[in-house]
Amino acid sequence: MKLKLAGFTVVLLVLALAPGFLGTYPVKLLQEILIWGVFAMSLDLIMGYAGMVSFGHSAFFGVGGYVAALALSRDAGLTSALVLPALAAALAALVIGFFSIRVSGVYFIMLTLAFSQMFYAVTFQAAWLGAEDGIVGVPRPRIAGLELGDARRFHLYLIVLVALAALALWRIVQSPFGHVLRGIRENEARMQAVGYAVGRYKLLAFVIAGAIAGLAGSLYTQFVGSITPDAFLWTTSGEALLMVIIGGTGTLFGGGLGAAAFILLQSLVSSYTERWMLILGLTFILFVLFAPGGVIGALSGMASRGAAAARGRAK
Amino acid sequence: MFVPDFFGQALNGLSYGVLLFLLSVGLTLIFGMLDVVNLAHGSFYMLGAYAGLATIGATGNFWLALVVAPLAVGVIGAVMERLVLRPLYVRSPLDQVLLTFGFIYLFEDLVKWIWGGRIRSIPPPDLFSRSVKIFEATVPSYRLFVIVFGLVVALLLWLLIERTRLGSVIRAGVFDAEMAAGLGINIPLVFTSVFAFGAALGGLSGVIAGPIQSASPPMGAGILIPALIVVVVGGLGSLKGSLVGSLIIGQAETFGKAWLPGASMLMIYVVMALVVLARPQGLFGRPLR
Repeated sequence: MKLKLAGFTVVLLVLALAPGFLGTYPVKLLQEILIWGVFAMSLDLIMGYAGMVSFGHSAFFGVGGYVAALALSRDAGLTSALVLPALAAALAALVIGFFSIRVSGVYFIMLTLAFSQMFYAVTFQAAWLGAEDGIVGVPRPRIAGLELGDARRFHLYLIVLVALAALALWRIVQSPFGHVLRGIRENEARMQAVGYAVGRYKLLAFVIAGAIAGLAGSLYTQFVGSITPDAFLWTTSGEALLMVIIGGTGTLFGGGLGAAAFILLQSLVSSYTERWMLILGLTFILFVLFAPGGVIGALSGMASRGAAAARGRAK
Repeated sequence: MFVPDFFGQALNGLSYGVLLFLLSVGLTLIFGMLDVVNLAHGSFYMLGAYAGLATIGATGNFWLALVVAPLAVGVIGAVMERLVLRPLYVRSPLDQVLLTFGFIYLFEDLVKWIWGGRIRSIPPPDLFSRSVKIFEATVPSYRLFVIVFGLVVALLLWLLIERTRLGSVIRAGVFDAEMAAGLGINIPLVFTSVFAFGAALGGLSGVIAGPIQSASPPMGAGILIPALIVVVVGGLGSLKGSLVGSLIIGQAETFGKAWLPGASMLMIYVVMALVVLARPQGLFGRPLR
């Protein structure tokens, strides 16, 4: 545990100091990875731990992003940047979750996907939200009189928030609550039978994941300075799903790893070819077919096979 | 003024509903048989439209396209089932859904690569290129053709499944695949055939849709959501549900556009939410759990 905490701190320090030794573009990529990493990890909380595969996680990312855009345009404080977006996304997750957790499996997939596209439909037609052009020119927040328009300050602010979100998620999956979620994933009927209010646990997990996804959406709006209905599009959910799958479902930090792999690959590939979607689809298909445990699953599989081989030789 | 307007809207909604039926019935058949929710079903619709465009481009014959495109998409479906879906039957159904999700990206970009990203339209066949007046409402005759065509397909499907030997094999497979295999039915072959048939229906609906809604690569992902809502409303795996769900969603969408132009896209979701509240398994679905 101490070792893990030390490792986490070292990674954080390196990430925080990155603008000192990386150029502007790599730092931008890093910030994008961090934001998407939080989004993917929030999806992994419900997908990897509670076994609720949601194809509509973009709903909460988008709600967070839009509420941040609206609120920051009026008052550039921390309430606008963090509290309101997370609360609004949690509320959206409460409503969508209320409908969706009545069913499971493929029905859950279809409902979450449909509800997220509902947000797309609404924002696309809502003139007061800028319709299809979205909201542009969103100012970055100001904390204690410090403008976060400054690139280095914004970077530190981002690191702190991402670290807090990751720690919170880590605490949640290690807590008794997290273990109940795993139990539900493995055998929902049994958890029900031993007396857990399964529905409430699932709904709470869904709301927490939604709130953190909303935070990621808000950070994304602050990072880009704008938000469009595309944030709600099925592709946004799909990218988060792919990040979780690449990293390894049910490994939490795998989501961050997947985000890094995804965004680095994207920036690399898109400088050579326009066929990014094709590569995305193929990656999706190949990972599901051949590496369902993701990178972390493959690595730990190799490690345990290696250990077994070593034991075999020792005999 | 009101009556012809209302009547015209209702016919529009009916033709859109029939179109949704042609698409969602394939989705629901595949689910009933294989337990796979094929998220790439919208892509089959798009592939059908483009295969139709290519056939019309080469021969100028709409009716030929109506035959060739479903066949082509059916072959693509069969290959997809044999090569990538089959190895996944032993795993959780969610893996199969994720896999079909990957195919949405793949098919969309492939079509964009081959045919370019611009919006194209399929001209209606000469026979149905005019409008007719019914009760003072002007209706494109192609829409009437779509309605009749779709209802005939629905009838044929019903006869096929309820009245033929092939249909009883399919029903047996849907009810209990393992037992059916024990009785000597070649289940893997039936699986491939049903998937290919469902894909072909998706392709067929793509050609049919061409003259009403123009063709572009994102059309597949776009139609997927209404199709999913149809099966949620009607009940997954039920043919009757897919027909009733399609007709309801077709009307909801059309009247939403006419009466609530500012929130028209919202209508179908409201219908879906109401149905899920009252009957989570859909109007004709088997009870869940």
